[in-house]
Amino acid sequence: MNSGIFHSTYKADMGLRHTFHEKLRWVIFGILMLVFPFFADRYYLTLANQIGIATIGAIGLNILVGYTGQISLGQGGFMAVGAYAAAILTINMGMPWWASTIIACLVTAIVGALFGIPSLRLKGLYLAIATLASQEIILWVVTHWDAVTGGVDALVVPAPMLFGINMSTDFNFYWLVWALAGVTALLTANLFRTHFGRAFIAIRDQDIAAEVMGINLFKYKLLSFATSSFFVGMAGALTAHYRSIVTWERFTIDVSVLYLAMIIIGGLGSVRGSFYGAAFMTLLPAILSNVGRALKSSLPIVDSILPFIQQAAFGLVIILFLVFEPEGLNKMWKNIKDYFRLWPFSY
Amino acid sequence: MELFIQLTLTGLTNGAILALAALGFVLIYKASDVINFAQGEFLLIGGYVVYGMVAQFGLAWPLGMLITIAIAIGLGAVVERLVLRPLIGEPIISVIMVTIGLSSLLKAIVSTIWGNQPKAFPPFIPSTPVNIMGATIGADRLWAIVIAIVMLGLFTFFFRRSKEGIAMRAVADDQQAALSMGISVKKIFAWAWSIAAISASIGGALVANIVGVSQELSHFGLRVFPVVILGGLDSIPGAIVGGIIIGLLETYTGGYVGHGLNQVAPFAILILILMVRPYGLFGQEIIERV
Repeated sequence: MNSGIFHSTYKADMGLRHTFHEKLRWVIFGILMLVFPFFADRYYLTLANQIGIATIGAIGLNILVGYTGQISLGQGGFMAVGAYAAAILTINMGMPWWASTIIACLVTAIVGALFGIPSLRLKGLYLAIATLASQEIILWVVTHWDAVTGGVDALVVPAPMLFGINMSTDFNFYWLVWALAGVTALLTANLFRTHFGRAFIAIRDQDIAAEVMGINLFKYKLLSFATSSFFVGMAGALTAHYRSIVTWERFTIDVSVLYLAMIIIGGLGSVRGSFYGAAFMTLLPAILSNVGRALKSSLPIVDSILPFIQQAAFGLVIILFLVFEPEGLNKMWKNIKDYFRLWPFSY
Repeated sequence: MELFIQLTLTGLTNGAILALAALGFVLIYKASDVINFAQGEFLLIGGYVVYGMVAQFGLAWPLGMLITIAIAIGLGAVVERLVLRPLIGEPIISVIMVTIGLSSLLKAIVSTIWGNQPKAFPPFIPSTPVNIMGATIGADRLWAIVIAIVMLGLFTFFFRRSKEGIAMRAVADDQQAALSMGISVKKIFAWAWSIAAISASIGGALVANIVGVSQELSHFGLRVFPVVILGGLDSIPGAIVGGIIIGLLETYTGGYVGHGLNQVAPFAILILILMVRPYGLFGQEIIERV
């Protein structure tokens, strides 16, 4: 009878995966992910691809907000940087999509670090407001720098080709995005086993104590902004290549809020929480619109107010999670596991 | 010169409206240290409820305004009780996110009731053009300045002289000390939210009177940030001065430079102020430096 998971060796303590059940769940999950695209139709593949992109973006944001404790409302702006950089490099310089994606990630990392500079003097809600301002500034630059970004007009990105295969079809893109999401998750999980990641966590928990212990706040905060923005830029660049159309409307403040909601509902400071949150927030509006379509014949009014219902559900979900389970889906899943592990003596 | 006067007048009136929106924001921050991202939606609700009362139910507008204020009090109290109170003591990101969620929910409720098409507002203040030094400006815009000044006076009086206002300042200063002096912190928070909702409703009705009711009203929620940061997050005179400076800045950059620079200039200033003087012009210097 176990009352919890306890480690008796350093090796076990440092392990990424702890228990047999955990490994088993990963194998099952992996097999499901591999089999899924062969049975799913286009609609579900599109959803899965959206979740994949959102997972990468949410993990990126979680590095900054969940692990380093720097609240950012600039996610939409940074995604815009990634998407536009990828699109412009591909269109104007004829770069292959993979090269433009890598460069876009690096460009976003630099821009992210640049807008992270205020974080050296500000924290908490002042930083949130400063990143909100960077979101507005980036979007303004995007919509007004006509010569480069095409202003308010959409950019059309040529289809990404790999060995003569079009990667932007739903089926092919599925493999691309989930491979990248897997790599991102693995890199991030491992990042927090290195001294860089631990420095980030130390800054989150107590920045002054962290500095006293020899962590250079300047360096690590900017590094956190850069690492986070790198993945956020990847999500942006992938959006550009997948959708093949880049418009500024996809990167407004609403996107920043959506991603914050993902990591809060999924679980702050948790890689798998980012995935849960990304899946939840992508599936919620989809499920609502399916329910709405099913109810259309019996309740015609549902059809006209469906967007409002989705918006209300979005707000309500955030409020309910924060009031009742601030640690998100990740914690709920843990509670469920604990319940069964301790059964019948759970208290 | 004429352009300058015209822009100055427009900027002053825009600033007055911004200041009204910022007042409620500052009030909530002052009393409970909560940043309210739903302030724009309070404006939206104010505008639409007045619209509903006057245009749809055909009430006289003073009556409609009173009912709106009553609804605002209720809304503020309900929001405080159901949404904010469970989050007392939670990390700042939770509080920020919960008000963002609230803004989404409130916007959806307004859209469900009134749709999201802009509507013409039955003016309760006539917009007859007034000629001042060669520039023309609508009378309703001038009224906005007057109302902002009156509200400033009322708020200042409330905080300096009334028992509730003093209690509110005590709570803002030190919750524990306030509690031990027999002040009900919960009641004070409810008060703060209700008053903020009232000032936002009045602001919403004023804006609706000038530009009509539409979802655009909620954009004020974001536009107040430069205002409150410039003025100082916890300063009521700061909200007014900040509102007027930002209002002027917006119209000057819009009028002289163009290119939509008026939308972004306040935010550039915002970052600058945060870097140089994060507590703003009149705010208390208690910000923690990293």
